[in-house]
Amino acid sequence: MPEALDPSLVALYVFVLACFIGYWVVWGVTPSLHTPLVALTNAISGIVLVGALLVAGNPEAGLFTQIIGFIAVLLASINVFGGFLVTHRMLSMFKKKK
Amino acid sequence: MTLSVNLQAVAYLVSAVLFILALKGLTHPASARRGNLYGMLGMLIAVVATLMGDQVQSYGFIIVGMTLGAVIGVIVALRIQMTAMPQLVAALHSFVGMAAVLVAIGTFLTKRSAGELNALLMGEISAGVVIGAITFTGSVIAFGKLQGLLSGSPVKFKGQHVLNALLGIATLALAVHFAMTGSLISLTLMTLLAFTLGVTLIIPIGGADMPVIISMLNSYSGWAAAATGFTLHNNLLIIVGALVGCSGAILSYIMCKAMNRSILNVVFGGFGSDSGGADSAGAVAAEKGVKSAAVEDAVYWMEDANRVIIIPGYGMAVAQAQHALKELMELLEARGVEVKFGIHPVAGRMPGHMNVLLAEADIPYDRVLEMDEINPDFPSTDVVLVVGANDVVNPAAKEDKTSPIYGMPILEAGRARQVYFLKRSMRPGYSGVDNLLFYQENTSLVFGDAKDTIEGMNSALKGGGH
Repeated sequence: MPEALDPSLVALYVFVLACFIGYWVVWGVTPSLHTPLVALTNAISGIVLVGALLVAGNPEAGLFTQIIGFIAVLLASINVFGGFLVTHRMLSMFKKKK
Repeated sequence: MTLSVNLQAVAYLVSAVLFILALKGLTHPASARRGNLYGMLGMLIAVVATLMGDQVQSYGFIIVGMTLGAVIGVIVALRIQMTAMPQLVAALHSFVGMAAVLVAIGTFLTKRSAGELNALLMGEISAGVVIGAITFTGSVIAFGKLQGLLSGSPVKFKGQHVLNALLGIATLALAVHFAMTGSLISLTLMTLLAFTLGVTLIIPIGGADMPVIISMLNSYSGWAAAATGFTLHNNLLIIVGALVGCSGAILSYIMCKAMNRSILNVVFGGFGSDSGGADSAGAVAAEKGVKSAAVEDAVYWMEDANRVIIIPGYGMAVAQAQHALKELMELLEARGVEVKFGIHPVAGRMPGHMNVLLAEADIPYDRVLEMDEINPDFPSTDVVLVVGANDVVNPAAKEDKTSPIYGMPILEAGRARQVYFLKRSMRPGYSGVDNLLFYQENTSLVFGDAKDTIEGMNSALKGGGH
């Protein structure tokens, strides 16, 4: 059996490649949409919600840990719902000449 | 029903692709709304896949937390004024930061009770805690400055850089100690120091540099999410964190370049300050050899013009003058005048701030041009109307080598036939630099609140049959 790759190394691969994707995609964003870009990236960084769910949904670690998880779920949810909705509101305003 | 780990990973991959497409959608206003929908779908898939995985055992806290968060988020998003967007974004950044801190600490406690701690994991937890904590307090300070709860001027004191360096070193040392020993005391101290560092790093940065700060904190919130991803070995969090981190970093770079300053200069420079109040504007103007003009003069020139360019700045946002500007645009267009808007990259308090406000007033986005697109048009423009902008049209940036803003790219308003500045007072811009354009032969200043002045123009255009 060949030696297995350390999962942290795989994570590093993913991270570096994702940085390159981010770099190329974001340079393509039109400057007039920079505020929606900040709002949208802010909404999707609410993805820490996934981590918060794992902490809040694990009863084995005790009530205190679950409460920490609960607060994280609350904050990240505000970010996700508020972020996407406000981005939607902004983008709906960008119209061409009728 | 529970989702197998592999199936969950496939769902996360789909969601990562959707997030990339979401950002890609912002390439053009026409595709942007669809992009946002991709983002929502990606988030939905990620959350459902997580809830269906076997790691989530109890749902009570989750249901309450998400419901409460959804209600608060929706109410805030529906009520917020477009002018207050920078504050909202700062507040939301702080939530991501705090959530990252809590997830890192929660993960530490979970893994400790399961006996799965190791040095690498604790190193990753440290990264999540430190970046998250700096993002949190930094964003809180930025929020305070934008909301006017804290002074917008830079707070500087002796030994500031030394203090920051010491705090940074101490935080790092505690992180190393924590990674090696798993000491709860080190973790707590490290968290507290990182919170402090967020304050001391952002407090010296002035209000005019907010576009850079918002972008930087945007970037930090991404790196915080990525660090959380490393802690949890979750590739989705790593991918999203990297996307957001890059996005914020690129925006910071664009903003700095538009001011011809380095990021280090912004972070450590403490540029500009709030200068004195509004002394009798007209008198100071006359003393300095500046022409002031009445609303009617500007209207007289504009209604006979072929082309008018409007340059909005933060002052337009403060005066809420965007709706009046929209009416002015329509009145002029009805007389056959071509009206365009020119936007400097750092106008306002966050990247693209002006574009959103003009869009809010229903001004079509194809009338709104970026600096490089509109600069060639100025020599063939009859009238430029500067509404609450200052430094971004200052020719000193091109001509005066001794000026602090020398080298900053500007909107070349001075090359038009006539320039009208709508100003409340003779106060200089945020750089504190006197604007050479004021003294130019073809420039006149119209004093007063921008909204009142433009409404005055509108009623003159409606009533006047010159």
